[in-house]
Amino acid sequence: MKNKIIKDEVTIRFAGDSGDGMQLTGSQFTNTTALVGNDLSTFPDFPAEIRAPAGTVPGVSGFQIHFGSKPIYTPGDQCDVLVAMNAAALKANLSNLRPGGVIIANTSGFDKRNLGLAKYEDVNPLEDESLKGYELYAVDISKLTKESLNDSGLSSKDVERCKNMFVLGALYWMYSRPLEPTISFLERKFAKHPEVADANIKALKDGHTFGEATEIFSVRYEIQQAQLPAGKYRNITGNKATVLGLVAAAQKARLPLFYGSYPITPASDILHGLAALKNYGVRTYQAEDEIAAVTSAIGAAFGGNLAVTGSSGPGIALKGEAIGLATMLELPMVILNVQRSGPSTGMPTKTEQADLLQAFYGRNGECPIAIVAARSPSDSFMMAYEACRIALTHMIPVLFLSDGYLGNGSEPWRFPQSEDLPAIKVSFDAPRHGDDLDPYKPYVRDENYVRPWAIPGTQGLAHRVGGLEKQNETGNVSYDPQNHELMTKLREAKRDKIADDIPLQDVDNGSDHGRLLVLSWGSTYGTIKSAVQQSRGDGYDVSHVHLRYLSPFPRNLEYLLKGFDKILVPEINNGQLIKVIRDTYLIPAIGFNKIQGIPFHVGEVKAKIRELLD
Amino acid sequence: MEAKKMFESDLFTVLEKADAVIPDYSSKDFSSDQDVRWCPGCGDYTILKQVQNLMPKLGINREDMVFISGIGCSSRFPYYMNTYGMHSIHGRAPAIASGLKAIRPDLSVWIISGDGDSLSIGTNHFTHLLRRNFNVNLLLFNNEIYGLTKGQYSPTSHEGSVTKSTPVGSIDHPFNPLAVALGSDGTFVARAMDRDPKFLQDMLERSWKHKGTSMLEIYQNCIVFNDGAFEMFTDKKSRPVETIYLEQGKPLIFGDNNDKGIRLDGLKPQVVDLNDGNYSQDDLWIHDEQDAIKAYILARFFDDPHRDGHLPRPFGVFYDVQRPTYDDLLNQQVQSVISQKGKGDLDELLRGSETWEIR
Repeated sequence: MKNKIIKDEVTIRFAGDSGDGMQLTGSQFTNTTALVGNDLSTFPDFPAEIRAPAGTVPGVSGFQIHFGSKPIYTPGDQCDVLVAMNAAALKANLSNLRPGGVIIANTSGFDKRNLGLAKYEDVNPLEDESLKGYELYAVDISKLTKESLNDSGLSSKDVERCKNMFVLGALYWMYSRPLEPTISFLERKFAKHPEVADANIKALKDGHTFGEATEIFSVRYEIQQAQLPAGKYRNITGNKATVLGLVAAAQKARLPLFYGSYPITPASDILHGLAALKNYGVRTYQAEDEIAAVTSAIGAAFGGNLAVTGSSGPGIALKGEAIGLATMLELPMVILNVQRSGPSTGMPTKTEQADLLQAFYGRNGECPIAIVAARSPSDSFMMAYEACRIALTHMIPVLFLSDGYLGNGSEPWRFPQSEDLPAIKVSFDAPRHGDDLDPYKPYVRDENYVRPWAIPGTQGLAHRVGGLEKQNETGNVSYDPQNHELMTKLREAKRDKIADDIPLQDVDNGSDHGRLLVLSWGSTYGTIKSAVQQSRGDGYDVSHVHLRYLSPFPRNLEYLLKGFDKILVPEINNGQLIKVIRDTYLIPAIGFNKIQGIPFHVGEVKAKIRELLD
Repeated sequence: MEAKKMFESDLFTVLEKADAVIPDYSSKDFSSDQDVRWCPGCGDYTILKQVQNLMPKLGINREDMVFISGIGCSSRFPYYMNTYGMHSIHGRAPAIASGLKAIRPDLSVWIISGDGDSLSIGTNHFTHLLRRNFNVNLLLFNNEIYGLTKGQYSPTSHEGSVTKSTPVGSIDHPFNPLAVALGSDGTFVARAMDRDPKFLQDMLERSWKHKGTSMLEIYQNCIVFNDGAFEMFTDKKSRPVETIYLEQGKPLIFGDNNDKGIRLDGLKPQVVDLNDGNYSQDDLWIHDEQDAIKAYILARFFDDPHRDGHLPRPFGVFYDVQRPTYDDLLNQQVQSVISQKGKGDLDELLRGSETWEIR
């Protein structure tokens, strides 16, 4: 009987060649881990190329999962366990492994050829002294898989493909996870190729047995159920949660959903997700370009649908003029920006939150729109829902910000019941009957400065809208100087009035006044929450406010900001929220910025907090 | 009033539509309260009038009509129509119309565009609209010049055109709009001109009747910046020899006394004299709107001196075929998924396939 050690959190990184099935391995481990009730957070790290040369460092695909019996807010700064299927995977990821961490290396991925491709020259890191600060398990996984599947009748290439399941089986043993969820997944996935399903399942089981039997692994670990709030959970990625948020909003508003989009990393999964939901009244339109994607959505908004377009930064840049048109037309529209590293093409598979100022100001003329931002993968659901609610209720384009880290990352989600979701009330302007009607006035406003939504086909409401400045109320073209100023102010007042319709800002951690406030937005939430929590545990007087509504800001934000001696604004950009905060509230906020295409580490934020308080 | 879904696949009633009696419209009912502001003598006036004259014949409510334009002189058009309308941004009207028609196949959607709008800044949307074959009508006002920006050459201006931006003559080879439309697999391609209003009216009606994207190019005279660009097709003297009117199933005849015809020598059009005893009407090319190859040869009657020699300019329907429309296919697909899977249940979607419970 081997020793069993109870741990409260573990971070594992699966790394291998793009063709080694690491994403699948990682997502299966995640799924099983979710089902046993651990809290978790994941981060897939894709190579930039679809199929970079096999065995090279650019071809390495990684998947990190941080799970535990305590609350987990980030995918983990450093991993405790690195699974390296080849030499390149070790080379690319060793710096992420904590000192003393575990390396499980597939020795056949460290042959002369692989070492050369990973540019290890002639030294095998598994055999020299370079890994002596780590706990190294060198196992010939390829060979063991081959032996396991001797009688499978599969080609040697297909057998080789099963080695990820062997590794997964071994890790399931090591971390005391059940095999059944993955077995039933494999049966479903390979339903048409039972021989492939059988081989994968055998490799998985033999990997598990190997863990049990071999003398190489001396201990196994137990991670108990997390104490999450009671309820029903599922695991979800940010992009998938965004899809559900949009569909839920459409259903609650009782409107069909139109999604106009052009494929772009890392937003395409939203298009894929929505395209599969036609039976929810969803129509997806893969347009010829980003401009057609947004303008088709404008057409759909004019026609009375919940209209959404989605992209990443470069695509949003192309949509700018049309977002201006939607602002002039005062039609409801949601624009999704799953941000990536920029400018220009930048680093498409790497994350960044550098499109905030684009969201605020990236259009010609005075063009106020509403902005919301998700703070975690599962929060993408609620903020996408809110984006739709605000757009439909206030007849305004709303920009929803997510990023590659949120979009592809996953976490457990205590999913809501549809009846518990806030109501979204939409009514189109009513028909008018009679022979002698005055011309319809599409720009008469209600107490929130919101104009009516008058859709084609409605009797007596025929009217023309357009990008030229509108005369107040009539909507006729107007070049009158006073009118232009009035309309500019009205469009802004309408956006600002949304502040009455969003929650007041809460303090995530700590008191509403004190020495230091950490102010954050977007995907840095989990990291900063952890850093603030740990710093408070260490006795530091620090609080955390995390913004999800960015334009307009919650009404009490100024009150909160003015209660602190210092305000720290950490961002994965060169300082963007901080500019808006300084400009809006005239406070001397302090920036903390990382522009490396990767998230903050908890340790980095903690160090900054200490620097400001010590 | 009973709420009627606009089409079967709608899960929700977006708009209650009564079985309204269509009013007995006159063309005046389609004039909005806005003053028309094109230059005096602009060809756009005639086109507006002919469109307004056509509308009462269509037998549909004006509220079910939507005119969508881009930017340019012609794109002011929707403001003057007492229907729904949108004056959008440069080149994008086809994309806006596509989004609208995708979700509202019940509407009669008209795109108003010009040569700069459709063939420069918006060519991408123009071509993709045609290949997708949304059931909409596109009126391409071609005046071979940028009017609203005051006189630069356009993508349809002839080589050598002297304009504000080409003081010593344009070196741009122009687009042949009909060839672009045919190359984009358009299902209805036709040409008319402002100065032949009756024929224009016929072509507008044919455009409306076609199910699919109807692309009607209208030669339109810009009186300020390119006056007389199409005069050879309208001038009484030159018109008989410079134009040829296409009629389905009829031979291609033109000339002062209908004394000339076009025959095909292989794939090469050849002008023949019907009086010199060598050819009779039986030898001539018979117009066939369903023949894509012949439509393309006709579109090449375009005075490209580099290759074609001089041929009369054809007017009429070059091509008219049926192909399923994008809006039908999209809504059929939605319908068929609903009938296979049933109407989606939101709670089932939120729950997903694998869940666990924490007590």
